[in-house]
Amino acid sequence: MSKEKFDYFINGEKGKYEVVIGLEVHAQILSNSKLFSGSSTKFGGDPNNQVSLIDSAFPGMLPVINEECVKQAVRTGLGLNAKINNFSVFDRKNYFYADLPQGYQISQYKNPIVGEGKVLLDMPYGSKEIGIERLHLEQDAGKSIHDMDPSNTYVDLNRSGIALMEIVSKPDLRSPEEVNVYIKKLRSIMRYLGTCDGNMQEGSLRADVNVSVRKEGDKNFGTRCEIKNVNSIKFMQMAIEYEATRQVELIENGKGIDQETRLFDTKKNETRSMRSKEDAHDYRYFPDPDLLPLKLEQKLIDDLKKSLPELPDKKKERFIKEYGLNAYEANVLVSEKEISDYYEEVAKLSDKKLAATWMMGDLFAMLNDRGLDISKSPISAKHFAELVQSIKSGEISGRIAKEVFEIMVESGENPKKIIESKGMKQQSDPKELEKMINEIISKNKDKVDQYKAGKEKLFGFFVGQVMKLSGGKANPQLTNEILKKLLKN
Amino acid sequence: MSDLTNQSLHEIIEKIKTKKISSLELTNNYIKNIKTAKKLNTFVTTTFEHALEKAKEFDKKPNYEQLLPGIPLAVKDLFCTQDVKTTAGSNILNNFIPSYESTVTKNLWNNGAFLLGKLNCDEFAMGSSNETSFFGNVINPVGDKLVPGGSSGGSSAALAADLTPATIGTDTGGSIRQPASFTGTVGLKPTYGLCSRWGIVAFASSLDQAGPMTKNIIDSAIMLEAMCGFDEKDSTSIKKNKEPYSKNLKDNVKGLKIGIPKEYRVDNMPKEVDELWEKGKKILKDLGAEIINISLPHTKYALPTYYIVAPAEASSNLARYDGVRYGFRSKKDEDLIQMYENTRSEGFGDEVKRRILIGTYVLSSGYYDAYYLKAQKVRQLIKKDFDENFKKVDAILTPSTPSSAFEIGEKTNDPVSMYLNDIFTVPVNLAGLPALSLPAGVDQKGYPLGLQLIGKALDEQKILNIGYAFEKNCGFQSQIKKWWS
Repeated sequence: MSKEKFDYFINGEKGKYEVVIGLEVHAQILSNSKLFSGSSTKFGGDPNNQVSLIDSAFPGMLPVINEECVKQAVRTGLGLNAKINNFSVFDRKNYFYADLPQGYQISQYKNPIVGEGKVLLDMPYGSKEIGIERLHLEQDAGKSIHDMDPSNTYVDLNRSGIALMEIVSKPDLRSPEEVNVYIKKLRSIMRYLGTCDGNMQEGSLRADVNVSVRKEGDKNFGTRCEIKNVNSIKFMQMAIEYEATRQVELIENGKGIDQETRLFDTKKNETRSMRSKEDAHDYRYFPDPDLLPLKLEQKLIDDLKKSLPELPDKKKERFIKEYGLNAYEANVLVSEKEISDYYEEVAKLSDKKLAATWMMGDLFAMLNDRGLDISKSPISAKHFAELVQSIKSGEISGRIAKEVFEIMVESGENPKKIIESKGMKQQSDPKELEKMINEIISKNKDKVDQYKAGKEKLFGFFVGQVMKLSGGKANPQLTNEILKKLLKN
Repeated sequence: MSDLTNQSLHEIIEKIKTKKISSLELTNNYIKNIKTAKKLNTFVTTTFEHALEKAKEFDKKPNYEQLLPGIPLAVKDLFCTQDVKTTAGSNILNNFIPSYESTVTKNLWNNGAFLLGKLNCDEFAMGSSNETSFFGNVINPVGDKLVPGGSSGGSSAALAADLTPATIGTDTGGSIRQPASFTGTVGLKPTYGLCSRWGIVAFASSLDQAGPMTKNIIDSAIMLEAMCGFDEKDSTSIKKNKEPYSKNLKDNVKGLKIGIPKEYRVDNMPKEVDELWEKGKKILKDLGAEIINISLPHTKYALPTYYIVAPAEASSNLARYDGVRYGFRSKKDEDLIQMYENTRSEGFGDEVKRRILIGTYVLSSGYYDAYYLKAQKVRQLIKKDFDENFKKVDAILTPSTPSSAFEIGEKTNDPVSMYLNDIFTVPVNLAGLPALSLPAGVDQKGYPLGLQLIGKALDEQKILNIGYAFEKNCGFQSQIKKWWS
C-alpha cells in the first residue's frame, strides 16, 4: 500500500500552522442503573420518570456506588491499554444549575480510576498512537429544556446521575480526520467491550474539543480554546476547522489568543466565546465525604482482564494472518464488532478473500444506500456466503452475481434458489461453448480474417457475440480460452 | 391515672411490660406535658393523633419483646420522617414533607416506638444554643433565661422537661453532648458510622452522627441498641453485628485505665468545672480505675480545624436547597440566578450563611491548600493523638463544656465565643470516636455541668459501663422545677 504523507495545515500568509487537538470524550456507561442510585438509565422515557430521591437530591439522601459501573470503567481502561488505579477518589465539583440537583457533580479529580493509556489509529500515512491521559467516572447532569415554553425552562432529571466515563486524550491529534478516526476507534473499542453504545444522536457519546495552533516546527504549544459539548463527529470537524482558522487569523494579525471556553453554533458554523478564563467557574473540588475512596482488588482487575473480548487491534492482526486479508481490508472489517462477526460467519462458509471483497463492495454500498446497520442487513451471512461460493465455483459470473444480489436484497431468498429458478447458471461446459463459438466463427468469416491479419481488437467483438448468444451466462474465462484456441485455427 | 413521665425510659418500659400503665395512658401524659410546656418552644411539629393511634394499636396487640414497647418518642427535626414535616430548623425547609423515613427513626419504630413530634434545633444543626432556629430559640427548663445548648437544644430541653421519655439528636461538633451537659442529661455520640446517616438532613457528612439523649446510662444503652446498625444505603456505615448494650451493661471499672489529657485544662475555665473534673477522677479511682495523665498535643488545633472542615462540607451539602425542587422558593424569581439568590438569602439564617461563606472560601482555588487541605492533615494528627493514647488507656475523661448553660442572647453577637463552647467536644468528631456526656454536678449558680468520657472507635460498651459505674456513685441527679406549667 502506498503511504501518503500527512498534510493538514492551516496556511496563513506568514506560514503553515499545525493544529493541535485534545479531546475530552464523555461516554455514557452501559448499565441498567445509574452511578449512585437504582434508577433506570433507559433512553427516551417520559420526563422525570426515571428519577430517585438520590438523583433529585432530597435532604438526607446518600450516594452508593454502582459496582457494575465501576467494572465497566475498568473494562474500558483495559481496552485502552491503560493503567487501572487500585485507589481512586470521588470528588464533588460544585456549581449551581437548575438541572444539577445536588448543586455539585460527583466526579473524580485528583485520583481517577484509570490512568495513562493509548489508542492506535490507522491513518493513510501509517499507524499513529494517541495517548490517553486518564479516564474518570462521573455523574451526568439532567437536561434543561428551554424551548417548550416562551418564559419558563423545564427540567428533565432522567439523565441526572447516569454514569459517564470522561476519557481525556493527550494533545496528540493533528487534524479533523484524525479526530474522526480517533472517535470511531474509541467507539469501536467501547462497543466491542459493551461499555458504551456510542450513540451520538442520543447523546451517549459527546466531547469537549481543545484546539490550539502553532507554526509548523514549533516545539511549544499555543494557547488553547475549549469547545464545549460537541455531539457529532461532523460538528467536531467543522468546529476544529473554524476554530483553527480563527486562531491563525488572530496570530497573523498580531493579536493574542485568549484561553477561553467556546460554543460551536451548528447553524452558523462558527464558534463563539462562552466564558473567558477570568470568568471560569471555581468548582471547589473536594473529596466527597459521603463516599469512601474506591479501592479495587487486583484480583477483580485481573479477572476482568481475562474476560475481555478480542478487541479490534488484535482481531485485525488475526484477520490478516488467518484470512489472508490485507491491512486495509482487515481494518474495515474489524471496525465494528457486528461487521467482524458477519464477516467471520461468511468466511467460515466461503472463500475468505472473495468474501471480503464482496462485503466491502456491494454489501456495504447497499447498506449505506439504505442507511442500515449490518445487524439489519436483508441478506443473512449464510446466504451471502452461498453467493460468494457460487461465484468462486464458477457457477455464476460476477456480473450475474450482481443481479442475484439485487434479487436477494428484495426477496431475502437464498441465492441457489434464485439462480436455479431464473436459469442464471453460468455456461461452463467447454463442448457447449465450442459449439457456440464455432457457430459465431462461421457466421463472421470476414471478421475472423481481419483478426488473423492482426486486428486483435476484434477479440472483444467475439466475446460480445458469445455473451449475447449465451444470454450473458457464458463463463468468461473459458470463453476467452476457447475463443483464442479456435481463432488460431 | 398514674403519671410516669418523670421517670426514666427503662423504668417506663418496665411499667409497660408489667402492665402498670398502657401505652395510651403514657402517651396522653406526655401530650398533656407538651401542651403545658409551650413556653419552652421545644416542638416544631407535634404528631399527637398519630401517636395516640399507634399507642392504641400497641395496647391492642402488645409486643413486649421489643426494645421500646409502646414508647412515644419525640425526635430532633433533622431526621426525615415520612409524611411529617421536616424543617431542620430552617425557613428553607419550612414546608418540606418527606416521602421517606430516616434509617435511624425507622429503626426506633421497628423496635416498638412511635413518633410524638419533631423537636426544635439550630438551623441545619449549626449552633450551640438553639438560637439560630427559624422557629425561635428554645428555653432551657433549668432556667427561663438559659439556652438549652445546641444544636440538639429542643431535644435536651424536651427530655429534661419530661416531654419525651428519651430522644435522639445529631452530633457534628458536640450537638448532643453540649446540650446534654447544659440540661443535666446523658448524651452519647456514637462512633462515626455506627448509626446510619441516611435520611438525616446533612450538615457536615464526615462528622455528622446520630445518637441517644436520655436521663441515664441504661436508657442510653437501650436507645443506642435500637437506633444503630449497618445500612447499605450509607456508604460510610460500619458493617458489624449489633451489640446488646443494655444487657451487657456492667458497673465494674476495676483495673480500667482512665486518661486525663492536660490540654483540656483551658484558660478562664470556671473553677467549678475543674473541681468537677477532679471529682470525676476521684470517683473512678475509688472504684478501682487507674488514673493516667496523658497528652493530646494537637487539641488546640481542633477547633480551627473543625471550623474549616465542617463549613466546607456544609457549603456543598446545602447547595441543594435552591428552590427548584422542594422547600421554600422566593417570590422574586424572574430568572434563575435571581431565584437562587433570593431563595437562599430569604431561606437561610445568618449563622448558616456565615458558614456557607466560610466553607466556600476555604474550598476556593488558591485557598484550598492553605485551609481545607491543611485542616485535613491536622485532622489526621488529632486522630493519631487519640490512637496513640488508646494504646495506653481504656477511656479518656474530660469536662464536656468549658462552662454551664449561658444566657439567651449572651453570645449571639460573638460567634467565636459561641464556637469556643465546642472546644472539648469537636476533637472527638474529628477523630470519629464515641463519647458520652454525663451529668456530674452543678456550678455555683446551680446549673448542671457534665463530664465527657471518650472511647476507642466502637468501644461504646466500655464507655457506657464506665458511665454506669460513675452514675451509680456520683450521687448527683439533676433536679428541675417545673416553673413553666
